[in-house]
Amino acid sequence: MPKYDFLNGNEAVAYGVKLSRPHVVSAYPITPQTKAVEKIAQFVQDGDLECEYMHVESEHSAMSCAIGSSSVGARTFTATSSQGLLYMLEGLPYASGARLPIVMMNANRSIATPWNIYGDQMDAMFALPTGWIQIFVEDAQEALDMMIQSFKLAEDHEILTPVMVNMDGFVLSHTYEKVQIPEQKDVDDFLPEIVTAPHLMQDENPMSMCISAGNKHNMEFKIKQHKEMEKAFEKFEEIDLEFEKKFGRGYGSAIVGYCHEDAECLLVTAGSVTGTAKNVVDKLRKAGKKVGLLKLRMIRPFPIKLLKELCSNNSTIGVLDKNISFGYEGSLFTNINSALKQNNHIGETYNFIGGIGGRDITPENIEEMFDVLLGNKKAEKISFYNMRCEL
Amino acid sequence: MMNKLNARNIDTQELFYGHKACGGCGESLALRLALKVLGEEAYIALPAGCMSAVSFIYPNMAFKNNAIITPFASTAAVTTGMQAGLKAKGKKNPLAVGFAGDGGTADIGIQALSGAIDRGEKFIYICTDNEAYMNTGIQKSGLTPYGSHTTTTPVGKKIKGNMHKKKNMFEIVAAHGIEYAATASMGYIEDFLNKVQKAKEHDGPSYIHVLAPCPTGWGHGTELTVEIAKNAVDTGLWVLGEYEDGKFKLNKKPKEFKPIEEYLKPQNRFKHLTNEMLGEITEIRDQYWDYILENWEV
Amino acid sequence: MKDFKVKKAPKLEKLSDFPMGSSCESFNITEINAGWRVFKPVLDVDKCVNCYRCYLVCPEGAIHKNNDKFEIDEDFCKGCGLCAHECKVNAISMIKETK
Repeated sequence: MPKYDFLNGNEAVAYGVKLSRPHVVSAYPITPQTKAVEKIAQFVQDGDLECEYMHVESEHSAMSCAIGSSSVGARTFTATSSQGLLYMLEGLPYASGARLPIVMMNANRSIATPWNIYGDQMDAMFALPTGWIQIFVEDAQEALDMMIQSFKLAEDHEILTPVMVNMDGFVLSHTYEKVQIPEQKDVDDFLPEIVTAPHLMQDENPMSMCISAGNKHNMEFKIKQHKEMEKAFEKFEEIDLEFEKKFGRGYGSAIVGYCHEDAECLLVTAGSVTGTAKNVVDKLRKAGKKVGLLKLRMIRPFPIKLLKELCSNNSTIGVLDKNISFGYEGSLFTNINSALKQNNHIGETYNFIGGIGGRDITPENIEEMFDVLLGNKKAEKISFYNMRCEL
Repeated sequence: MMNKLNARNIDTQELFYGHKACGGCGESLALRLALKVLGEEAYIALPAGCMSAVSFIYPNMAFKNNAIITPFASTAAVTTGMQAGLKAKGKKNPLAVGFAGDGGTADIGIQALSGAIDRGEKFIYICTDNEAYMNTGIQKSGLTPYGSHTTTTPVGKKIKGNMHKKKNMFEIVAAHGIEYAATASMGYIEDFLNKVQKAKEHDGPSYIHVLAPCPTGWGHGTELTVEIAKNAVDTGLWVLGEYEDGKFKLNKKPKEFKPIEEYLKPQNRFKHLTNEMLGEITEIRDQYWDYILENWEV
Repeated sequence: MKDFKVKKAPKLEKLSDFPMGSSCESFNITEINAGWRVFKPVLDVDKCVNCYRCYLVCPEGAIHKNNDKFEIDEDFCKGCGLCAHECKVNAISMIKETK
C-alpha cells in the first residue's frame, strides 16, 4: 500500500534523503532550508536514520566536510541556501573538479543586500559555472523523488558529478502537499549501496586527490570535465524511466514541454512557478490560444539539443526569470537565448523578470507575458512584473 | 604507553618522497617524520600551502598515503569529513590527519579547526608553524612573532618589522577542552615523534603544534634548520608542553635560558632588532614563563 | 631511497588519457631532484658510528640504511647540508659538485 503524508518541501527532501541512506550528512542551518536538516536530525536522533550527522560550524565547512566524506567513498548530503551557498561557493568547483558524487539541496532564496529571506532564484545563478549538475523541482513530490534520483545520477561511475537540487524557498520549502513516501525496500532496490569509484581514496589503492595541474595540463583537465558533463542528459532520462517503472511516476528529461507541439509561443520556466504557468496555459488553450510551456528541469549541463526539438524555429519564446544579473538581464534568459542562437532559432525572445525577494508572480502576470508573446501587447525585450512603483 | 620512539625504531619506510620543497625545509621534515609514526593507513589532508604545492604537481605525487588537498580555510573540516566517511563505511580504526601551516591554522583555518574539535570525533591535526605565509612569499600571519620581518611587515623607516605578538594557538585549542594537545619543535625530534604517537593513541581530537623553521623565509643556512629549532626551545622562546586530561604540563624546563641572540641572530628576519626590541622579546618570554611556572604542572 | 623506482610520466594524447577528476595515484614520482644542489654530501663510512642522526634529519628521506651501512640517494638529495651539520662525528662532508 503506498504511504502518503501531508508534507512541506523541506520534509519531503528530508524523507528523500532518509530513504537514500546517506553515510554522512553535514548540516548548517539557514532559512528556508533549516527545517530539512532539522527533520533529518530528528530521524537520526530517533534511530530511524543511521548516518554520521556532522554539526558543522559554517556552510564553507559543510561543503568541506562533504568533500572529505565523499572523497573516501561515502554517500554524502548537505543543504544550504542563498548566503550559505555563496559562502561555500569555493567548495563547489572544488568538488566537481574532484568528481565527487555529493548531493545538495538548495532552497532558493534571495541574496543580500538588502537582506531578504524569501524565495527567488538569485542564489542558484551563482552556481551555474561550478560544474555541478543543477536541477529545479516543481513541487514537493518532485523534491522527494529527485533526492533519490540525484544520488543514483551523481554516483553512477560514468557520471561522478555532484548534483544540486533547487527547491523554491518558502513557496515549496514551507507549503504543504500530499506526498507519496516510497517504501524503503523499493528505494534500496532502486538505489543500492554506493560503490567507491576508483579515483577516490581507498585502502587498496592509495590516491592523491584535488591535485595541482600546471599550465601544461590544466586546460585538458577542465575541458575533459566539461565534455564529460554531457553524459548526464542520457543518464538523467534513463534513471527517470527506471524510477517511473519502479515507483509509478516520472518527470521526463532536462526540458519538458507542456502543450508545446503546435505552440506559436512558449514560456520557459524553472521551479514552482511552472505549476502556475501550466494553469494559465490550460486557460489560454481553452480560449483557443496556441500557447505552450517549457519546464526547464536541468540547467546544467544545459540541454541545447533538446531545446531545439521542443520549439519550432520561428516560435516566440519568453523566459521567466526570478533573478537579475545586475547590469544585464535574467540568467535563464542568457542561457536560453544563447542556446536558441546556437540552434539557429529565428523567432523573437523576451525576458520577463519577476518574483525577486519573494515578490509574487500571479496568474494575471503570466497571462500578460503570454499577451506579449502572442504579439497582443508591446513590451521591451526585458520587462519587470508586479513592481510596486514606476520604473 | 608504547616504548619510546626514536630514530632506530620508527618505521624505515619513506611515505613522503620526491617532493619539491626547498632544501632544508623544516615543514617537510616534520611531515616526513610524522608519517613514519602515523603509518601508511593514515588518510591525510593538507590545505593550500607549501606542502601541498610541492607534493601534488601532476603527475608527480610525493605522498604514499591517501592524500587530499583541501580548500585553504577548511583542513580540519575535510579531515573530520574523511573520518566521518570512513567511520560510516565501517572501516576499523580509521585515522584521518590534517597537516596545515600557521596561516591555515591560526588565521583562515581557525574556524574549521574550532568546529572540528567541538565535534569531538577522533582526528589528528598537526600545525607546522613556520611563522608566516611562506608559500606566497613570506607574509605576516597570526603566528608571526614580535619583531619579525615579513614582506607585509617589512623593516621600514618608521616601523621596524612585525609589532604584534604571536597568537597562542596551543592555549586556544586547549580552551576547547580538547583530548590532547602538545607543542613540539623540529629541534627535539624524538619528543615530536612521541607526541605524534600519543595523538595516535588518543580517542578524540588531538592537536600538535610544531615549530618548523623555514630557511627561505627566516633567512638562515639550510643546514641550520634543526639547530635553530632547538635553540628556540633552549632560549625559552618556544615552550614544549602538553595539555591532557584538562591539565597543562611543561615537558622541558631549561635550567638556564640560552641568550636569545643565539636563536635570533642567525636569522635574517631578526637582524634589524634593536636592543630595545630584544628587551621587549625577553620581557614577553619572561612574562609567559612566570605564568607557566605558576600554573602548569612542571 | 632503497627499493624505490622513479616512474615514467604518462603519455597524454587525448582527453581520455587524463585522470578522472583531479586524482592521481599516490607515490607517483616522475622526476628526480638532483639538479638542485651545489654541494653534495659524502659519507665517510669508517667514521660513521651508526647513530641514525643523518637519516633522521634529512627532509627528503634520502638517507637510508642498506645492509648495515648508510647510503645517500643522490637522485633526491638537494644538498641542504643538514646531515653533515647534525653529524656529531663529522662523518659527512659537503663537497662542491663539479659537473
